[in-house]
Amino acid sequence: MVTKTGTRRVRGLAALAAVAVVTVTATSACAGSSSSSANLSSSASASAGGGNPLAPSASNTVVVGSANFPEDELLAEIYILALQAKGVKVTAKLNIGAREVYYPQVEKGAISIIPEYNGTLLSVEVNPKSTAKTTAAVDAALASGLPSSLEVLNPAPAQDSDSVTVTAATAAKDHLKSIADLASYASKFSIGGPPEFKTRVDGLVGLKSTYGLTFKNFVPLDESGPITLAALQDGKVQAADVFTTTPQIISDHLVSLSDPKFNFAAQNVIPLVYKPALTPTIESVLNAISAKLTTSALLQMDNAVITQHANYSTVAAGFLKAEGLS
Amino acid sequence: MSFFSWAWDWVIQRSNWNGQGSIPQQIVAHLGYSGLPLLIAALIAIPAGVAIGHTGRGATLVINIANAWRAIPTLGLLVLLVVLLGFSALTWLLPLVVLAIPPMLVNSYEGVAGVDPGVRDAARGMGMTTWQQVTRVEMPIALPLILVGLRTSAVFVVATATIAAYIGLGGLGRFIIDGLASDQYGPVAGGALLVVVLAILVLILFAVLSRLLVPAGLRTRRREG
Repeated sequence: MVTKTGTRRVRGLAALAAVAVVTVTATSACAGSSSSSANLSSSASASAGGGNPLAPSASNTVVVGSANFPEDELLAEIYILALQAKGVKVTAKLNIGAREVYYPQVEKGAISIIPEYNGTLLSVEVNPKSTAKTTAAVDAALASGLPSSLEVLNPAPAQDSDSVTVTAATAAKDHLKSIADLASYASKFSIGGPPEFKTRVDGLVGLKSTYGLTFKNFVPLDESGPITLAALQDGKVQAADVFTTTPQIISDHLVSLSDPKFNFAAQNVIPLVYKPALTPTIESVLNAISAKLTTSALLQMDNAVITQHANYSTVAAGFLKAEGLS
Repeated sequence: MSFFSWAWDWVIQRSNWNGQGSIPQQIVAHLGYSGLPLLIAALIAIPAGVAIGHTGRGATLVINIANAWRAIPTLGLLVLLVVLLGFSALTWLLPLVVLAIPPMLVNSYEGVAGVDPGVRDAARGMGMTTWQQVTRVEMPIALPLILVGLRTSAVFVVATATIAAYIGLGGLGRFIIDGLASDQYGPVAGGALLVVVLAILVLILFAVLSRLLVPAGLRTRRREG
């Protein structure tokens, strides 16, 4: 167009198109490089998989994926190295995103294996109304509720679950080992956690009905993040909901109280697998890893990669070597 | 279901107006979390802006800093301070004071620096001391802009004081954050609506203040200019 407004409009459209092109290029570049973001020294086929990280891969390789947080990435690395040591061809697709993003992909088989947590997998994807709490009950519910294309293998003893955590000093002073030990102290303790902990079924409500505890007050903080940890350190709260593999448990000298009456549902690390991709070798490798993966081992590894910024592959390889799995 | 229907349904519920953490309680808390940082910031920024506007020294540097200052993410600063200082009053005061300073600093500076040079000269010529020049001539003339700076900061701070709830404190942010955490849109929309209403009330307050404080002569001049 020849009019003044016309040329301005065209120039504007051109600018918009340029921005769109740059954005799309940058996003696909980011998506392509996301599989190599975890300091991987292994999985040579990962770099060949640039572009869409969720596209189906070649038929005789398995795709090991991970969610976008360090612990899951670490677990995936362990799976990858152990599988490769047994001659399985692996493509890594790490840091995919939240469950909403990767779960449909595992269902379809674009991802073959992903480290999961049995409790949240059950309550988020399979049955939100489930009341299963113990490892056995949760796994049984998963076995009967998962879609036919999926299965879970053996659960590891390692759990990354909510907990009631206190400082080591408090635990020593008041002789606290399990949540039940809080019976005579709860009324003097402030407890902190994410805002929904106040009304959540396994939050204050559950602590009251399962253990009979009524705390002095509740301080809404964050999900086992810097604010909650600072509150524990500062003495603003005497107890808090901290995830059991939070690295600061080590560095801040905290103690997660045991939960003998299963207020918090089990959250065992468990491999979620696309059935058609499963072979006896893969099954035995992953089950062997799960057998040796304890909460304290996982906590130590999380501390290494998150707090000490160690290389994920190095830490994973170290674990496998120490357990005789590589 | 719209933002307003969620907000309205929640605000008119009687239970939200009684008991612990009720709407009136959080409004009062919110005014506290907004008022104190504003006061502190005003005591720092307005004298500083006026002084820089009067002397002209350090103007460029300070104004650039003030503008860069605006880019500081208040929530990020809050979380950083929790880690560094724990849960002291300074933890929530500092980010809000930092947020409030730039508009007042810049507007006070511009108000005083923009005083007609002829008027300044006249004041000097009449033998007024620096203090008299500033307080009797420059500040009154700069008052409309100083009030604009105060008003801008006030609205920023009232809107942002919601972050105090992020570290377990009260205020209107409590409804928003708790509502988000438990997927209840009522308190989220209701809390947000209350913040907007509060901000509008602040604007009205400043309009009234402006009417009362700004000399009539200046008001007429502004309309013509």
